[in-house]
Amino acid sequence: MSAHTVQVRLLDIAHTRSGDKGDMANCGVIALKPEWYPVLVRELTADRVRQHYGALISGAVERFELPNLNALNFLLHGALDGGGTLSLKTDAQGKVVSTAMLRMVLSIPADEAATLGLPIHAPVNAS
Amino acid sequence: MTRTVRVASGQGFWGDSLDAPRQQVEGGPIDYLMLDYLAEVTMSILQKQKERDPAMGYARDFIGAIESVLPGIVERGVKVIANAGGVNPVACAQALVAAIAKAGHAGKVKIGVVTGDDLLPRLDELLAAGHELKHMETGAPLSSVRSRVLSANAYIGSTPIVQALQQGAQIVVTGRSTDTALTMAPLRHEFGWGSESWDQLAAGIVAGHILECGAQSSGGNCLYDWRNIPDLANIGYPIAEVQGDGSFVITKHPGTGGRVNVPSVTEQLVYEMGDPHAYITPDVVADFTSIRVASDGENRVRVHGITGGPATPFLKVSIAYRAGYKAVGSLVYAWPDAMEKAQMADRILRERLDRLGLRFDQVLSEFVGANATHGHLAGDGREAPEVQFRVGVRGDDRASVERFTREIAPLVLNGPPSVTGFAGGRPKVEEVIAYWPALIDKRVVTTQVEVVS
Repeated sequence: MSAHTVQVRLLDIAHTRSGDKGDMANCGVIALKPEWYPVLVRELTADRVRQHYGALISGAVERFELPNLNALNFLLHGALDGGGTLSLKTDAQGKVVSTAMLRMVLSIPADEAATLGLPIHAPVNAS
Repeated sequence: MTRTVRVASGQGFWGDSLDAPRQQVEGGPIDYLMLDYLAEVTMSILQKQKERDPAMGYARDFIGAIESVLPGIVERGVKVIANAGGVNPVACAQALVAAIAKAGHAGKVKIGVVTGDDLLPRLDELLAAGHELKHMETGAPLSSVRSRVLSANAYIGSTPIVQALQQGAQIVVTGRSTDTALTMAPLRHEFGWGSESWDQLAAGIVAGHILECGAQSSGGNCLYDWRNIPDLANIGYPIAEVQGDGSFVITKHPGTGGRVNVPSVTEQLVYEMGDPHAYITPDVVADFTSIRVASDGENRVRVHGITGGPATPFLKVSIAYRAGYKAVGSLVYAWPDAMEKAQMADRILRERLDRLGLRFDQVLSEFVGANATHGHLAGDGREAPEVQFRVGVRGDDRASVERFTREIAPLVLNGPPSVTGFAGGRPKVEEVIAYWPALIDKRVVTTQVEVVS
């Protein structure tokens, strides 16, 4: 049973805000419900987030936990093409880097999703 | 009885709402109005203005803001703290004195002016004395860009603003004080928080962080439940109701739009956040993992439990320097095959730049409506009804950037079909200003406070 997983969109379980710090963008990810925060802590590892952004950033990803706010804070190094004023990007200050984060889709065990009431985007075949 | 001090935010950046300061003063009881005008880019713009006219170099919107609140602040004794002084706080104060006199309140309003953050006149002396002002991220010495420096300002803390308030100032004008100091100073002044009351000082920083971006904590730019946030056309700016122990409630005036709730405040708390364990300011290092946030009724959020620790021996210095030129142009391509057409335009343009022998540090193409902000995560954009092809270059040679700007419009007749959206004309060449963050020993930065009326 536990091998059966479902897809959950980050968009449906968290809200985000981002901003700039030099050539870095920060992205805060806040669980929509406190009981969903542990899912974020487990699924949104720095490695996973680095992989998600791919070529959109040139450096590493650092992660910080804020259990008091049910939030994670990510620092995305090399996200802004040299920083606010040098950058030629539309989003030179990283204001919507946070919404790109919300495109992540998580694979969650079906029984956990049911227990936590996570909004299910699509079922995934049992492995 | 516990005493409450109300600090209201009336401006989150230079260019923010012109109505907000008056709304905050007229809309209900407040004790202090804080107005944040400065971003990194603002300082270098102001420095250029000052070079052209020695009486300029401050945020001129501020004078209009004060004119709009003057009757209210005189009548009710509301105090105003603003970093509108930019690179010329003295000229800002002089313009303020003139505006207050013109409005018939001459001599009634004491103005405090904080100076000492401007390190530009001292830069060579500081470098000679061994302060390398190394780039905080790259470690490079400032000498590598010294000849191109436009402005250099230390971020100063709340202490000189507290001194101005103690000397009876009703309006305090600073240069590059930290955004958070504008909120912290009135709290230290009212509650007498000592310079080592780390937890209270940290609470002042957190209150300042929530207020410093204007309505971004009271429902503006808020992703959470954004469709249902009411009456954004009349959005209320945030107010912190602070107690002596450092706990506070974030709220807004009754009858205003927007929404103050736990999600709106939390989004602002994580905005521009670095390491949450160490939010470093000149006054204190605050621990954002200690913040407790809870609902306290409609449009009220209680924030408490905040802890902090000793400040560092350094101040951050923000240095702006000239870093070449850039220009960005765009064309809009329509369905069918909008994306393919835009991509063809991109190939043609790049080939033209090659044939002309132009060299740039960077050429960046984006397809707005398809992938500009989310890159590869956005899919291939093939079904888009239209795509804006946006292309920019950056380099040291102004003439090359200028030549680039002549290469966009010809694509309208020389390139792929279904093109529009070129009415804005040729892109403008802009000078690029880059930033050089550095640290300096606190002891070499001395601030001065003067109170005039």
